[in-house]
Amino acid sequence: MTMLSLVVILPIAALLLKGAAFGPGEVWRVVNTERTWAALSLSFRLSLLAALFNLVFGVLLAWVLVRYRFPGRSLLNAAVDLPFALPTAVAGIALTALYAPNGVFGSFAREFGVQIAYTQLGILIALIFVGLPFVTRTVQPVIEEIEREAEEASATLGADRLYTLRRVILPMLMPAALTGFALALARSVGEYGSVIFIAGNIPLLTEIAPLLIVIRLEEFDYDGAAAIGIAMLVISFAMLLAINLVQIWSRRRIGFV
Amino acid sequence: MSDTPSSLRPRFRATTEEPPLVRWFLTGIAVAGLGLLVIAPLVAVFAQALADGASAAAASLGNADARSAIWLTILVAGIAMPLNAAFGIAAAWAITKFDFRGKAFLITLIDLPFSVSPVVAGLCLVLLFGANSLIGGWLVAQGYPIIFALPGIVLATMFVTFPFVARELIPVMIEQGRAGEEAALTLGAGGWRVFFTVTLPNIRWALLYGVLLCNARAMGEFGAVAVVSGKIRGQTATMPITIEMLYNEYLSVAAFSMAAVLALLALVTLLLKTVLEWRYADQRAANHRP
Repeated sequence: MTMLSLVVILPIAALLLKGAAFGPGEVWRVVNTERTWAALSLSFRLSLLAALFNLVFGVLLAWVLVRYRFPGRSLLNAAVDLPFALPTAVAGIALTALYAPNGVFGSFAREFGVQIAYTQLGILIALIFVGLPFVTRTVQPVIEEIEREAEEASATLGADRLYTLRRVILPMLMPAALTGFALALARSVGEYGSVIFIAGNIPLLTEIAPLLIVIRLEEFDYDGAAAIGIAMLVISFAMLLAINLVQIWSRRRIGFV
Repeated sequence: MSDTPSSLRPRFRATTEEPPLVRWFLTGIAVAGLGLLVIAPLVAVFAQALADGASAAAASLGNADARSAIWLTILVAGIAMPLNAAFGIAAAWAITKFDFRGKAFLITLIDLPFSVSPVVAGLCLVLLFGANSLIGGWLVAQGYPIIFALPGIVLATMFVTFPFVARELIPVMIEQGRAGEEAALTLGAGGWRVFFTVTLPNIRWALLYGVLLCNARAMGEFGAVAVVSGKIRGQTATMPITIEMLYNEYLSVAAFSMAAVLALLALVTLLLKTVLEWRYADQRAANHRP
């Protein structure tokens, strides 16, 4: 317990104390500058998009991995964990190398007049990368547990496959998928290492909030950094709360789980 | 109508399956998505590292700064990991074997580092231990700087890897219950003896699993460490920090060579994890047998 308080609680308390010391008005004054506001809104907007993509793709991936049999399935299953295992700085430079205008995918995209790295699209790809495993890993065990009887019953009652998926399977997956979504979102918002290389880091355009904190710290503007940090904590907390509420609502609507 | 050739007769498939075309389509999306987003970057790391041949890659890892970065990373993980493992066991033990108020709150607190940005974690440490804070100023005056030095890097690493061991242990220990420990106690075993002969053997796979994940994260942590390390080459630059510095100096081969070392570590971690999951599944199945 002492260690928990020493390593985790004390540092966070220090940040909150700092916030209390200069009060909500001062925090708002820092956040309400054009550059900070742009960075915060960019971080949360792109994280939401990335988490939404991962919600859809993650459920699809989990379904394919559990239900279908094809060569290379176990390899694919192991690859899902790679974003967890690969250090973020490594992922960052690797993604940049691939999606930069002279990289393998980047030069392909340039043929069509699309630039990926050093734009918001690049940031989105990095955020999708880091959040990829969460939804798949939370949904996979649920799909494994589903009993075929429910689907068979639905089919004998005249439902076609799509209807069964939509009305029988999907509601069962919802709570787990939302948990994965929340985890992916929290991870993307705070992500730093894999984003800064591919982002280009142009203020107002491709500068994410965690980077702005680092910049403020390098300028020894500790108050400014703390204010952004507090704003991030508050917004993340509010979003996680909202997701929890949605989850409670969806559980109540389905009536079990 | 009864003599239609068999190839024209509709083929029946199970009602709980999608049509083959849909199956191929979904599988294709899954494979393509993972290939583009996950597998391609991994391949790119090794391709870029070996762009000028294996000897250039090896040479870039042999210089003094690279060696010191590797050594520092091993040292930091070597300190942070045992401490977090010990804490994880203690926390899981307290949570699963005893009842007390505020248990749910404690579990939430353990998970907290997962929902805090690593950069914010580093920021918290700077505010707490930085040279112009109360504690930090005093420690610097005594000659023990925390920020921009080894202790800060270790603390930042511990913060971000804090939940791993406890999270793996808690479900396993809940499942196993307290009966084993209680039986040992009634047979006269002391607290430590119960732990080493009853609890530890039961949780060893989960513990190993947690330590493995903790280690992978500890060696690869970038955001939190970047804030507190000060990035002094040869002194406080860990491997991920060195990768950033080399990359920003356009030393592509050197940066990707070091990245390749970490990527290999990640691959070994995944391999061990798969093996453990497999062993662990056996053990879990054995435990479930009546």
